[in-house]
Amino acid sequence: MPAVKETVEQVKAIDVDQYKYGFETELEVDKAPKGLNEDIVRLISAKKNEPAWMLEWRLDAYRRWLTMREPTWARVDYPEIDFQDIHYYAAPKMNAAPKTIDDVDPAILDTYKKLGIPLREQEILAGVQQSKVAVDAVFDSVSVATTFKEELKKAGVIFCSISEAMREHPELVQKYIGTVVPVTDNYYATLNSAVFTDGSFVYVPKGVRCPMELSTYFRINEKNTGQFERTLIIAEEGAYVSYLEGCTAPQRDENQLHAAVVELIALDDAEIKYSTVQNWYPGDKDGKGGIYNFVTKRGDCRGKNSKISWTQVETGSAITWKYPSCILRGEGSRGEFYSIAVSNGRQQVDSGTKMIHLGKNTTSRIISKGISAGYSQNTYRGLVSAHRRATGARNFTNCDSLLIGNNCGAHTVPYIESKNGSAIFEHEATTSKISEDQLFYCMQRGLSEEEATALIVNGFVKDVLQQLPMEFAVEAQKLISISLEGSVG
Amino acid sequence: MLEIRNLHVSIEDKKILNGLNLTVHDGEVAAIMGPNGSGKSTLSYVIAGKEDYEIHDGEILLDGENVLEMEPDARAAAGIFLAFQYPLEIPGVATMTFLKAAMQAQRKARGEDELSTAEFMKRVRDQAGHLGIPQDMLKRGLNVGFSGGEKKRMEILQMALLEPKFCILDETDSGLDIDALKIVSEGVNRLRGKDRSFLVITHYQRLLNYIVPDTVHVMAHGQVVKSGGKELALELEANGYADYKTLAA
Amino acid sequence: MSDVTPIRTPAESALIAAFPAARKSLPGNAHVIALREAAFNRFEAKGLPHRRVEEWKYTDLRTAMRDALPLAQAPQAATLAALGHVADPFAQLDAYRITIVDGHHVPSLSVDAIKGVTLRDLAASLSTGDGIASLGTMAKADDSALALNAAFMQGGVVIEIAKGVALDKPIYLRFLVSGDKPHAIYPRVLVTVGEGASATLIEAHQGADGIAYQVNGVVEIKAGAKTHIQHVRLNAHGDAAIDLSSLGTDLGEAAEFKSLNFVMRPALTRHQVFARFSGEHIKLDVSGAALLKGKQHADSTLYVDHAMPHGESRELFKHVIDDEAVGVFQGKIVVQQIAQKTDGRMMSQAILLSDDATMNNKPELEIFADDVACGHGATCGALDEDLLFYLRARGLPKPEAEALMLAAFVGEALEKIENDAVREALEAQTQHWLLSRAIK
Repeated sequence: MPAVKETVEQVKAIDVDQYKYGFETELEVDKAPKGLNEDIVRLISAKKNEPAWMLEWRLDAYRRWLTMREPTWARVDYPEIDFQDIHYYAAPKMNAAPKTIDDVDPAILDTYKKLGIPLREQEILAGVQQSKVAVDAVFDSVSVATTFKEELKKAGVIFCSISEAMREHPELVQKYIGTVVPVTDNYYATLNSAVFTDGSFVYVPKGVRCPMELSTYFRINEKNTGQFERTLIIAEEGAYVSYLEGCTAPQRDENQLHAAVVELIALDDAEIKYSTVQNWYPGDKDGKGGIYNFVTKRGDCRGKNSKISWTQVETGSAITWKYPSCILRGEGSRGEFYSIAVSNGRQQVDSGTKMIHLGKNTTSRIISKGISAGYSQNTYRGLVSAHRRATGARNFTNCDSLLIGNNCGAHTVPYIESKNGSAIFEHEATTSKISEDQLFYCMQRGLSEEEATALIVNGFVKDVLQQLPMEFAVEAQKLISISLEGSVG
Repeated sequence: MLEIRNLHVSIEDKKILNGLNLTVHDGEVAAIMGPNGSGKSTLSYVIAGKEDYEIHDGEILLDGENVLEMEPDARAAAGIFLAFQYPLEIPGVATMTFLKAAMQAQRKARGEDELSTAEFMKRVRDQAGHLGIPQDMLKRGLNVGFSGGEKKRMEILQMALLEPKFCILDETDSGLDIDALKIVSEGVNRLRGKDRSFLVITHYQRLLNYIVPDTVHVMAHGQVVKSGGKELALELEANGYADYKTLAA
Repeated sequence: MSDVTPIRTPAESALIAAFPAARKSLPGNAHVIALREAAFNRFEAKGLPHRRVEEWKYTDLRTAMRDALPLAQAPQAATLAALGHVADPFAQLDAYRITIVDGHHVPSLSVDAIKGVTLRDLAASLSTGDGIASLGTMAKADDSALALNAAFMQGGVVIEIAKGVALDKPIYLRFLVSGDKPHAIYPRVLVTVGEGASATLIEAHQGADGIAYQVNGVVEIKAGAKTHIQHVRLNAHGDAAIDLSSLGTDLGEAAEFKSLNFVMRPALTRHQVFARFSGEHIKLDVSGAALLKGKQHADSTLYVDHAMPHGESRELFKHVIDDEAVGVFQGKIVVQQIAQKTDGRMMSQAILLSDDATMNNKPELEIFADDVACGHGATCGALDEDLLFYLRARGLPKPEAEALMLAAFVGEALEKIENDAVREALEAQTQHWLLSRAIK
């Protein structure tokens, strides 16, 4: 694996500014006025040509949201958010919805190209990538392109933006939306339910193994906007799908809000693998700017022997508040959570998972690797619970934290609740630093201090990286090294 | 090859080396023997550049160039290799990955071309074969869960692959049974040559039956107090270190 | 969170109503009265802890404490005579005995003097101010149970062990609850251990079954530099009792402190330990074992504050939970930025013997220093089937095989007790519990 050398070279190539996705695209935009009220909710719904029930659903969420309070239990600290100072809708101006990729504004295509996300199918086919990846590209509030739709359609897989799904497959959306993350689940989820603008929709029918990786690439471009995406993935009986998401945003002094909701539903014997490489702008070294990433992600293992696996590599965002969870309802269902959370500078991470064992013989596994550097605070917060009927439930949890430098914090807050005598839960957590002796040993063999650190960190996160599809694993490995740039010495 | 002049070193205000002088010629195998606490391991760490030590005076010249100002990785690239008494474990980093990273880093520092993967694999396979290191061990995390003997063999494998000029073996015999000791010694002997020198640090004479030294130096109180040929080791084996404990005080 | 203050429960209202009269009748000079008032204000502001208070998430006192009870009075001679029949769990122990009945120190049932030790009646000291300079400084957490005790503390003892004294025998504090009517009892013990001194402190808590009395006790131990302290607490309160217990300790340089809490009978108990590292090279070992059945609820909560470098802490908690009982373990290890080279290991293990048993674990690490090695582990589950089978295949009947495994499980915690007589007494209690389960 030559990544060590590559990463280090990449790190060196980067100047003081480590965030290479910080550019902004100049575009004409269609933007809702700042602020939030029922009219804005109506406007968003109208922009999307949504059915009436959806508008009602949004308005109901909005009214409930007004009665709620922002949660304060996480170990994150930020000034009060002025929810009236945000644009809740921003979309690149387009004459009509792009029918083919050629209708998409070249400036947007160029943006994705710069980000390394090819949107032209022939580019992907002609490129070095061996496996095909279908991409849904979400730019601020709208989906601008979805690739390989036709090929997926042949297999019976629906992969489109959620706005389109609302129009083309309303019965599926209505049947499943809000059934995993209820409208009033939490403050940000309720806000999202009222104002979500776009996101991806995936439906894999019975017995189908999705023929390629699906992915969504989220980009926040516009100033003072919030991105509220909503993703819904349904795997019918015996279906399989692997889905990846990536995120970036321009470098700005103000904080921007990203409050997404992701719902996964796996029926009998179905499997959903959901991977995230989160690299929102983290703010500068003094903590100015950056994305507030307040995300609710939850999977429902509704069917027997279903499986949902979350893998996340979190390197970006000023604040991350995120607990991808699994409700293990179906007998014999399985939940997995693999996480690498890297924090540097003034970043604050409060992330983890919930594994809720409701059904018999359900199993779950949690592997979390936290790396704190600079002045950052990195918290793992998780819940594992077995309910009365969860006979034979099993969980194994391993949370390791690594500290680099003496001005950061690493915290572990697990809740382990068993209400069933036959459930077996095992949890272990460690906190350590890279030892001077390990570094010296590597340097004695000729590695520089930075190379040695990168090597040891890569070893530390290896168990999680292995869970990612190959091309993402390499990308993630680079990202981790870049995120830790400047933390050594 | 290596020349140490009047080296004074302390750690946490404790004086360990007191004006040590030592010369090792090209192609020479020099043994350093001495009682516990005489400063043998300190000497090996100071040559390799471990940070914790304070150097008060003196110099260490490798082919006439003072290495004391160099970082450990630069010294490694210059050809200094230390086989650790207690090799470190690095979880999650496959031995193969580590070997390749180290070899390429050193080649790069010396301005040499990168080794092709095929060539690298071939070299590793050859050397691992000599040392009886199975392939699956190379895929495991570096030194993680290895026995004492396996760790020492892994050190010799690294030495063979990195092709250093000046090799320090720090108590390489400690914790080895007789079979492992033979394998490790044969590995070292294979590497002997006119352009490569060795500093073999050991408490016991046993190792020197297998790695026969050209010269033997006795260390006590942070100095070399006596030097001689290989027969000096035998003499020490017979009489012990008692004579030297008071010599330099 | 600025949540709306919940409506006061009858117990909260009664406690608030009772304070003005209590403040006048309870012992205390001006300083102590100020302490009581400040504590009462804290309680009044927070009310009884409930599940939305993070530290009390799993032990909701608002629901558990239906009402407040009248304060227990000092025992009469007849009461003391009746208590003479209660079997002493540490009868075999050669120790300096101090008896506290219904929260009041009873000199007639206590040792008069111990060489190298100054012994005082707490109630007297509260009035005179003698020896209580550090009262209330060991456990400074913002906690309603602590505040309630500080507001209502009635009596107890002040023990001052002089510099360098190595006690030849343990000091045994025997707490008894009398009578047939439920009362509220607020004992407090303050122990100061001088530099280089060593001592063993044993507590036993007993009371009648079937009476829903409430105890809220606090033990404060100030451990000077290079002290060596072993503390063991046996909680054998009556099966209807609510028992809240707080142990606060402040540790000086190179102090070694070991504490174990053993829970047997009470309906609801919470033992909270607050330990602060105020010097370097301290060794702390906190452990606990709980044998729970019926609808018992036992909570062990720790707050270990590594505020200085080179500290070591070890925590081991064992819960055996049968029937519909509930076990709770919450342990928080904090390592401050200055506390480099901290070595902390925390382990909580539970065995659930019934399908309806519950265990809640919350082991936490909060770390601000980089050069540390800290870890925690938590396991819960049924008895190991394979091991059980192995034992039965060797001819042991199932109840005996289970008892053997459970005794070994609890034994890992009891092993930490240095005093043989004390350890043997607790092993006997364990055997008794296991036997009663086996013949159930």
